[in-house]
Amino acid sequence: MGGMVEKRGVSYWLIHAGLILGVAIIFFPIWLAFVASTVDQQDIIRPPMPLLPGDQFLENYGRALTSGVNAPVARMLLNSSVMALGIAFGKIVISLLSAFAIVYFRFPGRRLFFWLIFLTLMLPVEVRIVPTYEVAANFGMLNSYSGLILPLIASATATFLFRQFFMTVPDELAEAARVDGARPMRFFFDILVPMSRTNIAALFVILFIYGWNQYLWPLLITTDPQMNTIVMGIKQMFPSGDDLADWPVIMATSLLAMIPPVVVVILMQNLFVRGLMESEK
Amino acid sequence: MEKRVRFRGWLLPTLLVVPQLAITAIFFFVPAGQAVWQSLFIPDPFGLRSQFVGLGNFVFLLSDPFYRASFVTTAIFSASVAFVSMAVALWLAVLADRLIKGSGTYRTLLIWPYAVAPAVAGVLWLFMFNTRVGLVSWYLGLLGYDWNHTLNGEEAMGLVVIASSWGRISYNFLFFLAGLQAIPKSVIEAAAIDGARFWKRFWTIVFPLLSPTTFFLLVVNVVYAFFETFGVIHTITSGGPQQSTTILVYKVFSDGFVGQDLGSSAAQSVILLVVVGILTIVQFKYIERKVHY
Amino acid sequence: MAAITLDSVHKSFGRTEVIHGVSIDIQDGEFIVIVGPSGCGKSTLLRMVAGLETVTRGEVRIDGVCVNDEEPMDRDIAMVFQNYALYPHMSVFDNMAYGLKIARVPKSEIQRRVNVAAEMLQLEALLERRPRELSGGQRQRVAMGRAIVRKPKVFLFDEPLSNLDAKLRVQMRLEIRDLQKELGVTSLYVTHDQVEAMTLADRMVVMNKGIADQKGAPLEVYSDPRTAFVAGFIGSPATNFLPVEAATNPRHDASLLGVRPEHAITCTPSEGRIQGRLIYAEALGAETLLHVKLADGILFTVRQAGTDPIPSEGAECGIIWDQRHQLMFRADGIRCEE
Repeated sequence: MGGMVEKRGVSYWLIHAGLILGVAIIFFPIWLAFVASTVDQQDIIRPPMPLLPGDQFLENYGRALTSGVNAPVARMLLNSSVMALGIAFGKIVISLLSAFAIVYFRFPGRRLFFWLIFLTLMLPVEVRIVPTYEVAANFGMLNSYSGLILPLIASATATFLFRQFFMTVPDELAEAARVDGARPMRFFFDILVPMSRTNIAALFVILFIYGWNQYLWPLLITTDPQMNTIVMGIKQMFPSGDDLADWPVIMATSLLAMIPPVVVVILMQNLFVRGLMESEK
Repeated sequence: MEKRVRFRGWLLPTLLVVPQLAITAIFFFVPAGQAVWQSLFIPDPFGLRSQFVGLGNFVFLLSDPFYRASFVTTAIFSASVAFVSMAVALWLAVLADRLIKGSGTYRTLLIWPYAVAPAVAGVLWLFMFNTRVGLVSWYLGLLGYDWNHTLNGEEAMGLVVIASSWGRISYNFLFFLAGLQAIPKSVIEAAAIDGARFWKRFWTIVFPLLSPTTFFLLVVNVVYAFFETFGVIHTITSGGPQQSTTILVYKVFSDGFVGQDLGSSAAQSVILLVVVGILTIVQFKYIERKVHY
Repeated sequence: MAAITLDSVHKSFGRTEVIHGVSIDIQDGEFIVIVGPSGCGKSTLLRMVAGLETVTRGEVRIDGVCVNDEEPMDRDIAMVFQNYALYPHMSVFDNMAYGLKIARVPKSEIQRRVNVAAEMLQLEALLERRPRELSGGQRQRVAMGRAIVRKPKVFLFDEPLSNLDAKLRVQMRLEIRDLQKELGVTSLYVTHDQVEAMTLADRMVVMNKGIADQKGAPLEVYSDPRTAFVAGFIGSPATNFLPVEAATNPRHDASLLGVRPEHAITCTPSEGRIQGRLIYAEALGAETLLHVKLADGILFTVRQAGTDPIPSEGAECGIIWDQRHQLMFRADGIRCEE
């Protein structure tokens, strides 16, 4: 429906106006959060709050990072990074390996394995949350990085993605590698993985965001504030009962919580879009 | 579809699938099995012994007015989130698609909320509508509207719907824009030559051609609203007031962890499992069709 | 260098047998071309020699040693694939060096061998390029180079020229021929193009539906085809087939008569063994192809020198041929014994 049909003119500017309005509405909550993270608590508790940033930026962010409410936000950022990177790398590694196995080998139980993995596509962790928690607790994984990471690696989306990609790799490449004397793992590391690198990068973006934004699971598995991730830690900063929340610090933390995944999305926009369209999930 | 090439041997491939198999078995099949098992029992109040009740938990759930209410709540919530986020995204995508230049810039400006965690989105919207300090609720007060989502169930529902839809617009926008750009220009131009004006063209040509994308997004957004909005609900309303925003996933959590009613929670998990199963089959049927399209 | 023996090799995919017992003896340094239409099993045969397909029954021997159960890498072969199968993420140098690296050949030796091959194939300037930055012909050369640097006992070619345009195909055909003579490596070459087969082969094997119909030097196969299929497949334009009644002195066991276009000439209808109407004359310069439609609808092609007078299209004419060049076949397609 491009400009070939609609001419420039009033409608052209209306289009921009409409889009800018949309962008503004989407930006507004973030802007308010940013303003709140740069002003004094007193500015907030006497509404209406200001619409322009104040001078408490360093003060609020410093307080959040070093002391926070229950735990320093710096610590929570570390926990979130470990969790997000662990999930992204973990899923990519095990999915590459198992996709390689199901595409390039015929072994007993291959079909069964395929269907078992397929089943896991259906069930987000939220659905089986109570028993999964019990399993993790029995393994002594409460308040540990392995407890944060491992249960969330049990999903098959990545395996299917790599399987699809491997199916498009010409058979002759594997044959040429065999003739060249490459054993299976050599072919895997020398040919298949390097050829998959854009897919790996695209998936990495998606999985990093998925891991970073986890909420329910860290909420259950971490009882020690030192192990909280930043996304779930924000809610823990609200006082129980009628006490007044420390809004500037909470809003500073919220912004800190969204910066890493937002930066990843913007910097790797094309890979991200590609990853989304391919995984469609 | 199968590969012609295959390497020999069974030991290596078995070793290769072991990591995924182990993690899937431990954190997926065991818990899922346990959910099914636990759903058939009622633990005694001290948690020492369980009594087998067969389908008793299910029978009880389906006759429980709170659980049925939660079903209705989930349906209203999911439908609203899907509608709001898709309507806004489609509007923006139609506008961006009409630009010859600059749609890339708007894409960059619009996609990043996807990266904001639902729980963080919840906090942002909670802040704007907070009954004490919220800017929006304060202005509503000036206009004579007394906003209080902690007491008013409908306002609470409205707030969680908006907060859940907000981050979702990006995702829908991307797919709608891609869908629009895939429609051949010649079709639109033919309609224009036939004399159809823009909105006429949109509803009679563009929207029908976009229906595969719309249907796909509908399913995906419903799945999203079902399972990934826990953070929004937990940060904004904690399911309240009076359970007016307790969606099914939230109820599994609150009955299982807060209420410690494991049998009921497990039965709810099993019911959800069936619901996801159906949604997934719908989704796959669709994707399959699209592949052969 | 090596001799290869295929000893009544069979291949089945599931229950369908696609190769029904093929035996070929290949001498050291010989260039053998397997030719046949698509689906005749020629590629499968090659892939069995390569070790990319298992042998269902029979034996493949290299230098007298049965290699049925050996991996491709242990057979000391090199293969050139139809689509070249270059590793897209590696440079030309790395593509050629990959097999040597795996074999742990010392770096300096790899460098030397790749440079020699690159020079032979005029690839020196392209060593740092990626495959996608090369033309079809250059890719083809890289695929050849990858085979050469290995110094294998056997070269296997799987339709290596079919992705090139006609002109390049002729040029590369000559280069492959020269290279093979220079290196003296035993070669097995699969193609569906009978011209390639004729020009390249020391000996050719004509495959038909999983059976080797005929083996022999190209001209020998051409002039003395053992089956109707070979007579029809080798030679262009193809052999004309007629009911055996048209032959002079038809043999009692024959049911089909074959006459090559160059062995027939046109004449007046009354002089001809058979009669028809000239429907189209293709003047190609050096030669002219006359397409004659016979009374029973069969199209008969006559090939004459470009300098011969061309009858006018639509004219009735007769066709005669020398009795010595008659090819007679039995009902099962086998040539009648002379």
